[in-house]
Amino acid sequence: MNQTEPLWEVFIRSKQGLDHKHVGSLHAADAQMAIENARDVYTRRMEGVSIWVVESKNIHSSNPDDAASLYDPANDKIYRHPTFYNLPDELKYM
Amino acid sequence: MVAGELLKIFDDKIKQEIRIEPKDWMPDEYRKTLIRQISQHAHSEIVGMLPEANWITRAPSLRRKATLLAKVQDEAGHGLYLYSAAETMDITREEMIDQLLSGRAKYSSIFNYPTLTWADIGAIGWLVDGAAIMNQVPLCRASYGPYARAMVRICKEESFHQRQGYEILLTLCRGTEEQKAMAQDALNRWWWPSLMMFGPNDDASPHTAQSMKWKIKRFTNDELRQKFVDICKDQADILGITIPDPDLKWNEEKNHYDFGEINWDEFWNIVKGNGPCNKERLAARVSAHANGAWVREAALAHAKKKKTSTPEVTLNTV
Repeated sequence: MNQTEPLWEVFIRSKQGLDHKHVGSLHAADAQMAIENARDVYTRRMEGVSIWVVESKNIHSSNPDDAASLYDPANDKIYRHPTFYNLPDELKYM
Repeated sequence: MVAGELLKIFDDKIKQEIRIEPKDWMPDEYRKTLIRQISQHAHSEIVGMLPEANWITRAPSLRRKATLLAKVQDEAGHGLYLYSAAETMDITREEMIDQLLSGRAKYSSIFNYPTLTWADIGAIGWLVDGAAIMNQVPLCRASYGPYARAMVRICKEESFHQRQGYEILLTLCRGTEEQKAMAQDALNRWWWPSLMMFGPNDDASPHTAQSMKWKIKRFTNDELRQKFVDICKDQADILGITIPDPDLKWNEEKNHYDFGEINWDEFWNIVKGNGPCNKERLAARVSAHANGAWVREAALAHAKKKKTSTPEVTLNTV
């Protein structure tokens, strides 16, 4: 029976100091091959100092349909933004 | 939510240039057309490696060999980015490979032509990659997020491809008489097929209207083709070779070059599978897949063995 290689999502930190960023996916039999293939395909121009691979099935995500209700509590709290506060112009360093 | 409401939200996103992401609701036809376009784009990259790989062992210098190898490697990578983007839409890699190998899926018909001389490699870089770049830059703003992002990555890598090809032709054109003649001959054979890469004329292209409405496509086939001709004419002049079109003439009124009629019979014949290399290309892909089966099976068997015999070990701490 022909088994298939699982799908992995690939995250690359391109430079020290930056976050890992999602760059795409690939199929590989195991984590080591996934990392080696990710290096071959996603870092040909030395855009990677660190590679993470995660099997796609292990990524859990929110449902975009719930976006409205999920983020609603954050939307009306405008006092989280600095512009909400009225302060005199001559006030410095704030 | 009712389908009508979902469609309105989708249409609003398109109108406001808000990208559609994988789990967003989208019309079935939008998904179908994207899967078709992205997977065929991916197949084109992979099959496109074949005519160029043909000359790797016969490249005239180490520099030419190294740069050609790098280009072909890039094409493999581009195929992957595109399969990756397509896989965000409920189609598996297996299904797409099966569609290609069974002949059900198409790939760009340009790759059904043979590379007869070293100059062909130059012509491909200049014209074929040139046409691809013309097509791909607007796709960086395609409405589907994963496709647009894949295109950004591809476009960054593509620019050296065209420069590599043009430099090959420049070297030949500044060389011996025979070398220059070889460059002219390659241009003669690759010019019209490159124009065909932009697809049928707008009035004969059924998908264009819908693709533009959904902002998958930003410019029509004829618009891109015209831009390509205008740019290439000057580039051909610098090389000192002649584009094989007696009707190519500057139109002062339109501020563009007029050019001759494309042989659409040839185009459709190739699309139907009767080009010089269609069978050879497909056979190469089928045999590569078959001959690589033992590697895939071995890797999976090894992975399975490691999993059952050793406890869970994380490869690296975060």
